[in-house]
Amino acid sequence: MNENFSEPNDSEVDELYARLDREAKQGGYFLNPDVEFVKGLVRGLLINERRYGYRACPCRLAADDKQQDLDIICPCYYRDADLSEFGACYCALYVSAAVLKGEKEPSCIPERRQPFMGRAAKPGSSGASPDAAPVKLSVPVWRCLVCGYLCGRERPPEVCPICKAGRERFERFI
Amino acid sequence: MNFEHVAGKERGKITLYALSTCIWCKRTRELLTALGVSFDYIYVDLLKGEDRTKAIEQVKHYNPSTSFPTLVIGDKSIVGFREKEIREAIG
Ligand code: SF4
Repeated sequence: MNENFSEPNDSEVDELYARLDREAKQGGYFLNPDVEFVKGLVRGLLINERRYGYRACPCRLAADDKQQDLDIICPCYYRDADLSEFGACYCALYVSAAVLKGEKEPSCIPERRQPFMGRAAKPGSSGASPDAAPVKLSVPVWRCLVCGYLCGRERPPEVCPICKAGRERFERFI
Repeated sequence: MNFEHVAGKERGKITLYALSTCIWCKRTRELLTALGVSFDYIYVDLLKGEDRTKAIEQVKHYNPSTSFPTLVIGDKSIVGFREKEIREAIG
């Protein structure tokens, strides 16, 4: 853990905020319309990036081990399920269209992530084992564990084109 | 473990386990401050070594999912920023 980092300044927060907003829209997601609330979380993401080396969820306790925290790098593996069920992600950084339109209020929601002892080695993983492939494929199919994007190619993309998750957060699906 | 103390009206023992980067934790702290009660809080993400392990154990005791904020009021615990419940518990 790096403890001697400089606190993110306002322009760094604004910059990441603008980027996340743009990327969210491109992927069909929405940031919480409460800009000050979101900027508070963005500051937390920047602090965690400096502290741990990756943008761990600001509302969860990171283990300071990227492998253990792969599921809670923002956007986390739980975002989509929480958006569908509660209209917001756990931190309420991302919200559903209904919340965006003011038809629903985001509120604090239960933690979907299992405590460490009960967590699978690869949280969220639901992929078939490659041997179980029903058909012979010319290339494997990879699934983004954050947003479910699927693609058929030799290796997963470096960055998910939909949610910007890194290659290490893909699983072999078929 | 060094808890930060916030002085105020005595309403029994109130302890807030929080994360320094979490906005719901911040809202909980602000609510307690606005209510003017005396409470202690700690940022678990800033702790190291034994203190961290000890704090996590304490949180787990009240809240097995070890999520934040975990607020302990007497022997009652409230997980998450639940404004109504917190106001009711403090009275
Ligand atoms: S998407 Fe997940 S990691 Fe990102 S802020 Fe929301 S809950 Fe936290």
